[in-house]
Amino acid sequence: MNVPENLHYAESHEWVNPENPDAAPVGISDHAQAELSDVVYLELPAVGTVVAKGDSIAVIESVKAANDIYSPVSGEIVEVNEGLVEAPEPINADPYEAGWMVKIKLSDTSEIEGLLDSAAYQKILS
Amino acid sequence: MHRSPLHEKHLELGARIVPFAGWEMPIQYTGIVAEHHAVRKDVGAFDISHMGELEISGKTAKLFLNGLLTNDVSVLSDGEGQYTLMLNEEGGVIDDLILYRLDSERYFLVVNASKIDEDVSWITSQLEQGIALTNHSDGYGGIAVQGPKAVALWKSLEPEMPLPERNGISESAGGTVLCRTGYTGEDGFELFDSVDRIGEWFDRIIAAGATPCGLGARDTLRLEKGYPLNGSDLDGTHTPLEAGLGFFVKLDKPDGFIGSEALIAQKESGLPSRLVAVKLTGKAPPLRHGYEIADPSSGAVLGTLCSGSLSPTLGVGIGMAYLPAAFAKIGTQFSILIRGREFPAEVVKKPFV
Repeated sequence: MNVPENLHYAESHEWVNPENPDAAPVGISDHAQAELSDVVYLELPAVGTVVAKGDSIAVIESVKAANDIYSPVSGEIVEVNEGLVEAPEPINADPYEAGWMVKIKLSDTSEIEGLLDSAAYQKILS
Repeated sequence: MHRSPLHEKHLELGARIVPFAGWEMPIQYTGIVAEHHAVRKDVGAFDISHMGELEISGKTAKLFLNGLLTNDVSVLSDGEGQYTLMLNEEGGVIDDLILYRLDSERYFLVVNASKIDEDVSWITSQLEQGIALTNHSDGYGGIAVQGPKAVALWKSLEPEMPLPERNGISESAGGTVLCRTGYTGEDGFELFDSVDRIGEWFDRIIAAGATPCGLGARDTLRLEKGYPLNGSDLDGTHTPLEAGLGFFVKLDKPDGFIGSEALIAQKESGLPSRLVAVKLTGKAPPLRHGYEIADPSSGAVLGTLCSGSLSPTLGVGIGMAYLPAAFAKIGTQFSILIRGREFPAEVVKKPFV
């Protein structure tokens, strides 16, 4: 299972890349996309939505079920990956790059420390 | 929780296991969409060991079954089968099943896993002198091999053991039961054998090129063909006439059957509802069991989806729902409510595909 070192992970299997705290991309992990398999529909929040860590920010649907995506951080949604709404395949094919779902302007960068690093996330997967 | 005799093989193949009708069964191996397409275009194999196998025997078995089931048993010759339903006195569905005639005194019934106990107790309560019911469900495992290449696969495996004709059944001397039926709308067959031998069949069928397929693909395949699932689309409160299964209900059988009087009365007074096929008309999420269907002009809720999914073939959400007869016409427009938003949908003809 691919778990990049530069990302931070929530136990609910979302990742965030805090490198640019004004527009930090968020998506779901390789493990999560494999568990879902065949994402067929994605519902994204409106740009400008203010979210708290743990809020549901998106709904992702496979053939079998609908699942909430929870924000790993607090902040404001500054960009959404509209292309995924038309064609969600990158969520399965490229979950850490083309499959990013939203970008969040972090309101509290210290929250990052409360997330799992790559090693800790790999541990909960094993 | 029951465990299939093929359980270990599913784990080796990387299946995800879920509870279903009291059984631990594979929902998917690699993915529902790929498994679905394998069955539509090539050949797939499903574990159907959870399904129930009953045998009814006796000199007057034909007469007994004709009073128990909706279809006309008397048209069956040895080795033939038919889709049929077992109803309660009110005409509601207890179970839908395939009945096969092995010979004039022996019939084989394949019933839904979730209904085995209810079926057995219902049939037992109806038993007459000289009729015996045997429940083989614990002794048999089963595999459904489905798809345009299913027959060729079997011929390559067992050239000396011909498949029965469409809807038919055959028994080998060794005890293997072959049925030319399925739940996917594709050609294919269902193989039943003892739990000791079913694993070897499964290995050989997979080695011969069948894609292992789980319950997820089984559901999308049957829904695309508009086949009802008992417990979702059929229940004790709706009749097979409302479910659109009138073809399998022979109200002209001379002695009637359990539930026939209720059906005749319902036919005379008019059907209160109909099971319709609904399809989303634009880009929208997959449909799910339980979503509400509303009249777009008044906003009144007309019914809820009893089945729903995404059609992998069409790429849109499809489902089935009981709607008041006045709203059941092909082309009627609706809204389906999904997480508080309205998505346009319409009644379409079955099958979807």
